[in-house]
Amino acid sequence: MNEREIYTRLNQVFQEVFDDPAIRVTPHTTADDIDDWDSLEHITLISAVEREFRMKFKMGEISSMRNVGEMAQIIAQRART
Amino acid sequence: MRELEYPFDPSQILRRRKALRRALLEDGRPRLPKKIAVLGGSTTSDIIKTMELFLLDAGIQPEFYESEYGQFYQDALFPPQQLLDFQPELVFVHTTSRNITHWPQLADSPQAVEEKLAEELGKFRAVWDSLADTFHCPIIQNNFEKPFYRVLGSRDGWDPHGRGQFTARLNQAFAAFAQEHEGFYIHDIDYLSADFGLRRWADPACWNLYKYALCLEAIPAFASAAASLIKALFGGRKKVLALDLDNTLWGGVVGDDGVDGIEIGQENGVAQSYYEFQSYVKELSASGVLLAVCSKNDEDNALSGLRHPEGLLRPEDFTVVKANWENKDRNLAAIAQELNLLPESLVFADDNPAEREIVRAQLPGAAVPDMEGVENYIAAIDRNGWFEAPSLSQDDLRRGEMYQANAQRAAQQARFGDYQEYLKSLEMQAVIGDFLPLYLPRITQLTNKSNQFNLTTRRYTLPQMEQIAQDPSYIRLFGKLTDKFGDNGVVSVVLAHVEGHAADLELWLMSCRVLKRDMELAMLDALAEQCRARGVQVLRGHYLPTAKNTMVKDLYPSFGFAKTSEDPSGATHWELSLAGYAPRCQVIAAAPPEGRENNAEKG
Repeated sequence: MNEREIYTRLNQVFQEVFDDPAIRVTPHTTADDIDDWDSLEHITLISAVEREFRMKFKMGEISSMRNVGEMAQIIAQRART
Repeated sequence: MRELEYPFDPSQILRRRKALRRALLEDGRPRLPKKIAVLGGSTTSDIIKTMELFLLDAGIQPEFYESEYGQFYQDALFPPQQLLDFQPELVFVHTTSRNITHWPQLADSPQAVEEKLAEELGKFRAVWDSLADTFHCPIIQNNFEKPFYRVLGSRDGWDPHGRGQFTARLNQAFAAFAQEHEGFYIHDIDYLSADFGLRRWADPACWNLYKYALCLEAIPAFASAAASLIKALFGGRKKVLALDLDNTLWGGVVGDDGVDGIEIGQENGVAQSYYEFQSYVKELSASGVLLAVCSKNDEDNALSGLRHPEGLLRPEDFTVVKANWENKDRNLAAIAQELNLLPESLVFADDNPAEREIVRAQLPGAAVPDMEGVENYIAAIDRNGWFEAPSLSQDDLRRGEMYQANAQRAAQQARFGDYQEYLKSLEMQAVIGDFLPLYLPRITQLTNKSNQFNLTTRRYTLPQMEQIAQDPSYIRLFGKLTDKFGDNGVVSVVLAHVEGHAADLELWLMSCRVLKRDMELAMLDALAEQCRARGVQVLRGHYLPTAKNTMVKDLYPSFGFAKTSEDPSGATHWELSLAGYAPRCQVIAAAPPEGRENNAEKG
C-alpha cells in the first residue's frame, strides 16, 4: 500500500468521523487543525482508523502520535491490506 | 433506520455517527422528548452519543445529563444543582465490574467475604435509594459483566473468593432488588458481554487508555439494548408479530408440497429449526405479543399447515389470519386496523426479501427484520429488542385471550340490527373508581401506550403516578370493563385537577380495545358524580392534537362541552357546566368495586 492510498483512505475516515467533507489531511495535520478533534473524538477516530486498515496501534503509540504523518507511518509499517 | 437494525455493523455506526444523527434529525418524525441522566463509573461519552442514535431511531428525542467522569456515587448521594435543575425522567447508572471496590482476597474468612459483599451492595443500595427519593423516576442499573481473568481458573466461578462467583452473587442481589422494587430495572450487561464476546468486550487497553469499561466496537450493541429497554419503559413495546407461513413457520410451500410435504417437527435439522422458531414465537405470544398470519396462500392451505401434527403453533394462537392473494402491505394495514393499532406496533417476519422491501416502502413504521436462513430467524427478531418487556402486567399475559373474546363480540354484533341492542346484549359491567394501588402499574402503562384515544397524551412514570394517587387535589378515575365474553381489564383513565369550583381534565384516555362501547360515557357519568360530591361545578377539557389522536378531536363537543379557546397549535379548550347533569350511559351497569366487599358489609 503506497503513501497516497493511505492518505486517501485516511482522509475518508477523517471526513466521516468529523462529518466534514471539506477536511483534507496532510502529514502535518494535528488536532489543532480540526475543530471537533478533542480527546474523546480522538478515541473514535483511532478506532475507525484501526478498523479501516485492519491493524491495531500499540498503547504507547496512541498517546505519542503528534500528527497525521506519524499515524500514516505506523499504518504503512503494519497494515495488512 | 436500516443501519441501526440487527445485524448492524458497529464500526460503521461509530465512524458515521454524526452523519447518521443528522439524517435522523432531518427525517421530520415526531419524537417524544425525554430527559435522561447518565451517571457513570467510567467514560460515557461515546455511550451517550451512540445511545442517542438508537433512541432517535426509536422515536425518542433524548436530552442528556452526563455525570463527570466516574461520579455516579457522588451524583446520586449529593446531586449537584445542575442535576437537580435537570429533573431527569430516567436515571441510567452505568457501572461495571471496574467499579467493584471490595473484591474478596484468597485469605479472607467466609465472614469477611460476606461483609465485602454486603459493603458492595450497600454502596449501590445507597445510590438507588437516594435516586428514588430525589427524582421519583425510573432507574436503570447495569448489572456486572464477568471478570476478564480467572486467577483460580474454573474454581473462580464457584469459590466464594473467586471474582466470577462474587460478581454472580452481586448480580443475584441486584436481580432480587429489581424483583422487589417497581421502577427499578436491570440492564443486563452480563448477557450482552457474553453475547458479544467477553474477551473483546473487556479489552484492557480501552480501560487503561480511555477508561471505557467496554471496547468501542461493543458500544453499539450496548446502546441498542439500552435504547430498547428505555423505549419499552416509555410504552414503545411492539404489540403484534405478523408472520408469513411458507419457509417462515415451516420449510416448503404447503400449497405445492401438501401438509405431509412441509418441514416441521423432529424429522431432521431443518424441520427442528422451524420447530424451534415456532417455539420461540409461542413464547413471545405467552408474553402478550399478539400473533397474526400474513401469507399469500389459500386460507384452507394456510390453516392446514398450522394443524400439522408435528407443529407447535395452532390456528387458535393467531388473533388475525390474513391468508389470501392481496398485497402484504395492505394485509398488514388491515391487521393493524382490525386490532385498533398503528403500523408502528407491528413486526413483520417474512423469508422473502421482495415482500420485505414492499412492506418497508409501503408501510413505514412497521418493523421488518432480515429473515435470512431459518437458523437465524430467532436472532433476527430477538436481537432487535422490539418485544423488550421491562414490566409485565396481568393484562399482557392475558392479551391473546382478550382479543379472542373480541372476535366473539364481533360475531355477536353481526347478529344485531340495532347497535344499542347489541351493546345491551353484551351485558357490560364496569368498575369505575379512585385508583387502587393494585392497578397503578397498569394505569401508568396505559398513559404511556395509549396514543389514539388520548386527549392530552401526557406520559407518567410509576413514581409520578404514585404521587398523584396521594394528592388530594385530584379526582382520579380508572375504569375496568367486563362483559359476557370476558374481562377487558383496566381500559380507561381520567385525571382531573380540582381548582376551586372547577376541575381541569389533565388526562382522559381509553384503550382502543373498547372503542364504541359507550365506556367513555360511563366514565363521564362517574366523573360528574365525583365532581358533585366535591362541589365542583365546571369541567374544563383540553384536546392537544398529535399525529395519532384525531379520533378524539370532537370528543368534548360530543359530550356537550362548549369551546372556550383555540391555540395556534390547534389545541382546543372546552368547558361543561355540571348544573343539572343527567347520566348518559344506558348500556353499562356498575359492578361492585373489587377488594372492598368487606367494607361494604361493614357499612
